[in-house]
Amino acid sequence: MTTAPGRRGGSTQERPRPGAVRPYQFPRSERLALPNGLQVIVVPVRRLPVIAVNFVTDAGAMMESPGDEGLAQLTARGLLEGSGERRGDEMMELFERLGASIDSGASWDSAIVKVSGLAPRLDTMLELLGEVVLTPTFPEHEVERLKSERLAELLQLRAEPRQLADEMLAVAVYARDSRYAHPQDGSAESVTALSADSLRRFHAERYRPAGSAIVIAGDVPPEHAFTTAAHVFGAWKAVSPSAVTVVDRPARRARAMHLVKKTNAQQSEMRLGHVAVPRASANFFPVLVMNAVLGGLFSSRINLNLREAHGYTYGASSYFDWRRAAGPFVVSAAVRSDVTGDAAREVLSEIDRIRTEPITENELSLATSYLDGVFPVKYETVGAVANALTAAIVFALPDDYFDRYRANVRAVTVDDVLMSAQSYLHPDQLQLLVVGDPAIIRSPLERMEFGPLISHDRTDILRGS
Amino acid sequence: MEIPIDFYRLSNGLLVTLSEDHTAPIVAVNLWYHVGSANERPGRTGFAHLFEHMLFQGSAHVQANEHFELIQRAGGTLNGSTWLDRTNYFETLPSHQLPIALWLEADRMGCLLPAMTQQKLDTQRDVVKNERRWSVDNQPYGTWWEKLPEIVFPAQHPFHHSLIGSLDDLSAASLDDIRQFFTTFYTPDNAVLTIAGDFDPGEARHLVEEYFGPISRGAPRPPLASMSLASRLGQTLRRRVSDDVVVPRLFMAFRVPTFGSVDHYVASVCAAVLGMGKGSRLSRSLVRGRQITSDVNAFTYDLAKSVDLLVIDALARPHVSAELLESEVTSEVDLLRSQGVTTTEVERAIALIETAFVMTMQQAGERAERLSMFATYFGDPTRLNEEVEGYRSVTADRVNEFVRDWLGPDNRALLEYVPRDIPSDEAVGAGLTASGNGA
Repeated sequence: MTTAPGRRGGSTQERPRPGAVRPYQFPRSERLALPNGLQVIVVPVRRLPVIAVNFVTDAGAMMESPGDEGLAQLTARGLLEGSGERRGDEMMELFERLGASIDSGASWDSAIVKVSGLAPRLDTMLELLGEVVLTPTFPEHEVERLKSERLAELLQLRAEPRQLADEMLAVAVYARDSRYAHPQDGSAESVTALSADSLRRFHAERYRPAGSAIVIAGDVPPEHAFTTAAHVFGAWKAVSPSAVTVVDRPARRARAMHLVKKTNAQQSEMRLGHVAVPRASANFFPVLVMNAVLGGLFSSRINLNLREAHGYTYGASSYFDWRRAAGPFVVSAAVRSDVTGDAAREVLSEIDRIRTEPITENELSLATSYLDGVFPVKYETVGAVANALTAAIVFALPDDYFDRYRANVRAVTVDDVLMSAQSYLHPDQLQLLVVGDPAIIRSPLERMEFGPLISHDRTDILRGS
Repeated sequence: MEIPIDFYRLSNGLLVTLSEDHTAPIVAVNLWYHVGSANERPGRTGFAHLFEHMLFQGSAHVQANEHFELIQRAGGTLNGSTWLDRTNYFETLPSHQLPIALWLEADRMGCLLPAMTQQKLDTQRDVVKNERRWSVDNQPYGTWWEKLPEIVFPAQHPFHHSLIGSLDDLSAASLDDIRQFFTTFYTPDNAVLTIAGDFDPGEARHLVEEYFGPISRGAPRPPLASMSLASRLGQTLRRRVSDDVVVPRLFMAFRVPTFGSVDHYVASVCAAVLGMGKGSRLSRSLVRGRQITSDVNAFTYDLAKSVDLLVIDALARPHVSAELLESEVTSEVDLLRSQGVTTTEVERAIALIETAFVMTMQQAGERAERLSMFATYFGDPTRLNEEVEGYRSVTADRVNEFVRDWLGPDNRALLEYVPRDIPSDEAVGAGLTASGNGA
């Protein structure tokens, strides 16, 4: 303790009580289904003159055929490269002269085009969005450019330990015949084999009105937004896509260690993970709260242990990656190389502890009061509101999901948390992956007796199967 | 869009800014201390940032890490950050939780030192060293934001040295340094407090007076070392760094007028013309057109003291050499100077800046952050409401005058990253001193 006279006065020992809670309601939405099956969801938010529009459709990476990995992302990106009306650069120019922005991308389960800008520009933004979604031309030379940009990204991965660790963990966790075992945006082999025609075919089959939605959040009267959306998307014809097989099987049932060599690494990027649980789980809320206590919050057990008690890391966290099929549970930390084994051991002990002992009421109330209280803060922007409703479409959440969210969080009990830890954390199936310097970390890892140690070449991820 | 702004000073010098918005039950509390890495003494690089970590280690009436726990329990988000000339601490919470955020900030401003221990300092030192490894040393190109100021600012300039600091200097920091730094710089008369969002102004003023009013003002602070600098670099400076990277990356920086000056609006619009959005000049020609880069951006640092920097950041495509990357970016800048910009380009840039500004203002935390910035640098938070008009008043003529005056070869600093197997200044032992990450 310092002996310095540290007090300048000012503070009182007694902590203040909160004032009266002010009411909050998640913004109301109005819905309209067009005759072709497209859903239009409008959320009037009248705070500032801004608008966020999301188009979402079932054209994510899980819809790709084996060997086509990366097709969903290239198709989504390719939408912006030219339409029946104009070239891609002209399109971009039109958006940006309005001060608007457009972005497109595919995740595992869907493709999403996001447009945002000032509210008075909504009609033009929707017209352009219609062009992008309905009449993309996928010019050969632009598709080739997008492919080479992806190949450049893959090359960059070799030197980027954080993302490399994430991608390599997926390889370690999922069976080879699962789409999840391959980079979401494709490998060098799969991307190289794709062509403008592959994108056109994928677009024709997978982008369709049924199951898709336009979410419009911001300063707009719903009638107006419905009319414009119907005008732009009403004539879109329905198609019936072929079914896809979803595999979310683990690579192995037993623990293993995976070492990805990065000579002279200044730190170890460490991941622990296993196949977890689909988003549709009836136990979503108990799992959410359990993870908050384990590694989801700054004040979680894993972060306080690794960062504040041991100083091993700048930050450690855990998360469940929610997907339609079973996404992974992941613990993630960058730790000092010489304590890699110690840090992994601490994580394992925290996972064991939350599965064997009930958490305290104090830990429970921290997690639930955070998740409950932060809810309005999460939805301050029209973009956040549009994204939330988009996720609700992707995961087929009930219409009253956001109204019931806070009560669902508060209903989780200590017993629910214990049950969900026992049901959804599988320490015996954990894969431990480290991107780091083998000269420093190999022996300590071997001494852990965690499981067999498998060495990976960090260029594997570039090549594909 | 007019943001309501009210501001006043407590008798101890604390500048308080209030900005009401009752459209959502959310409130943001934001404190700027007018101290950053520029105020560090020699041998203590990184100390301002290490000190920021210590502010989460408790105060007289708060346990270590309890600040985080109390804010999160209240449903709030929080953090802090350190910059060259300021350190900020901020919370966004459900509005009925305003009192706890103010009380916590006041407790650490009023009585931090009783909670400081050697063990806490040792742990946070380790955490910060890991932060350095994570964000700088083990990250491709991670050293750029300490190497660029090294080139642009001369050795004795307060912005020259590393913000996150060297591992050696971090090891040297002591509890006595903590006491001195706190006593000197963490005083109400060296701070700005902003409250933005859903609050009752009478109640907020009362709470601020109750919690912060009794904190005594500080002694006069030592002035910063000289900030005066030639407005231009005087030549083209060049630094090549070999790193564990796969493709070259070029940062091209220009000294430009400081944030807050009329010309700074022109600098910002110029940066947006060059490298904001996919329709920017550099993006159209280098990413889409000639495919020299896979990503290119241009931005200003927004420094309010000495000089500001306009920076172009260009990432090469594989098989594009550092030499080709440099000559292509240089040609684009030269072309901009010889041909000039069009009114259309300037309108696109202003439209994007304006939309981004309005979008940002949706968040109480962002409003509070910008208000604190204007209050700290200019003593006047209402200048936030002049921003949009300032950008709108920029014309193509003024941008053209600007690029001729400021983007010439007499005012360029180039920081080039190359894959490690290519010889570099560091490999042959030449060049400037690298802090902590020498090859």
